[in-house]
Amino acid sequence: MTHTARPTRPEPGTPTAAETPDVPETPDTHALEAEALALAGAVPDPELPQLSLADLGVVRGVARQRDGVTEVRLTPTYTGCPAVETMAEDIREALSARRFGTVRVVRVLSPAWTTDDITDEGRRKLAEAGIAPPRSGGPAADGPVPLSLAIRCPNCGSVDTELLSRFSSTACKALRRCTACREPFDHFKELL
Amino acid sequence: MSAYEQPPGGGTPGPEHRAALALGDDALVLAQRLGEWAGHAPVLEEDVALSNIALDLLGQARTLLSLAGDEDELAYLREEREFRNVQLVEQPNGDFADTIARQLYFSVHQELLYGQLAGGRGELAELAAKAVKETAYHRDHAEQWTLRLGDGTAESRRRMQSALDGLWRYTGELFQPVEGVPADWEALASGWRNVVGAVIEQATLAVPEGPQSSAWSAGTGRQGVHTEAFGRMLAEMQHLHRSHPGASW
Repeated sequence: MTHTARPTRPEPGTPTAAETPDVPETPDTHALEAEALALAGAVPDPELPQLSLADLGVVRGVARQRDGVTEVRLTPTYTGCPAVETMAEDIREALSARRFGTVRVVRVLSPAWTTDDITDEGRRKLAEAGIAPPRSGGPAADGPVPLSLAIRCPNCGSVDTELLSRFSSTACKALRRCTACREPFDHFKELL
Repeated sequence: MSAYEQPPGGGTPGPEHRAALALGDDALVLAQRLGEWAGHAPVLEEDVALSNIALDLLGQARTLLSLAGDEDELAYLREEREFRNVQLVEQPNGDFADTIARQLYFSVHQELLYGQLAGGRGELAELAAKAVKETAYHRDHAEQWTLRLGDGTAESRRRMQSALDGLWRYTGELFQPVEGVPADWEALASGWRNVVGAVIEQATLAVPEGPQSSAWSAGTGRQGVHTEAFGRMLAEMQHLHRSHPGASW
């Protein structure tokens, strides 16, 4: 039995069970995986601590292996994201209780993470922290440029905002300015 | 054949191994070059932008080189002739226009190549599917600056044209087939010319007309033959690790 954090796109973050041939299914394994998934998902993001890893949609699942190893699958937002190693360390620490045995965090690239994996709760927390959340995209169009919906200023709510730089304090953010209240702000830019 | 061409498990290095090394070295070397701008870019936003692009490329390089062997050994302990990157990415930063021209030529290439590879199977395809999204931002960044410099002041226009002309002879190597990279190289070359040509024209500049390779050269970067500046770049990149093996912070 494997716990998968993101089995299908429509319901990110909903734990469901999926069969794997090599791990015997026992109620204990199932409960342990669910518990490990909840603990790993509750770890705060190192760069955006307002969000948990579950909010960000980067914990792909937990599987208890035959040899007693608890394997957590983690996907990076960007391939070069330096926070991934801290995330892995924080997950291992969160699962340090004996019942989880050895904890192994494995990096998975496929399917590639998109900003649509950020939960509604995650988007709400971003806006609360003064970071404009990414616009939801549906199927990828032709790169990041074609999106045309306005980006709302997280400070005053105006949709009259302009791009200052495509890259900001982290790879996942762009720097914008509100032309109404004149405040600069970060925008979690779309990656679809 | 170099010791570093052996795949992690030993045995004969396969085409996948050579593919990962070539594409990994492209990303690693350009990441190092872009990193040289940190603290030196014309404005703070560009300092941050170029560093972010370097970081994306470094992430790609780590994934790719790990497919070919130990990432640290491959990055820090190989000699110049063992690197398989194209000569374009090792060219010195020059002025800001030179860096932008190099970014335009390379990121359009990388986006098209990764776009093709993303449809395949295996670890190379997984990395390509992931990285192509980041590369779209790199290409967009280079396009915007090419337009701004080309259609800007007389001085920015002169420098942008000179940069495009100067690097043109390194672009032919981008379309030479690499063993193990399942790409349609002719489609890549024509797609690249279309995209790059359209950007240059929109920037009111002239598409360079010279040959896309030097009239005489000892070989290509993919064969391990590099240009003069590469050795100095490697010396800076590798000296800390070589002086203090295993150092970390």
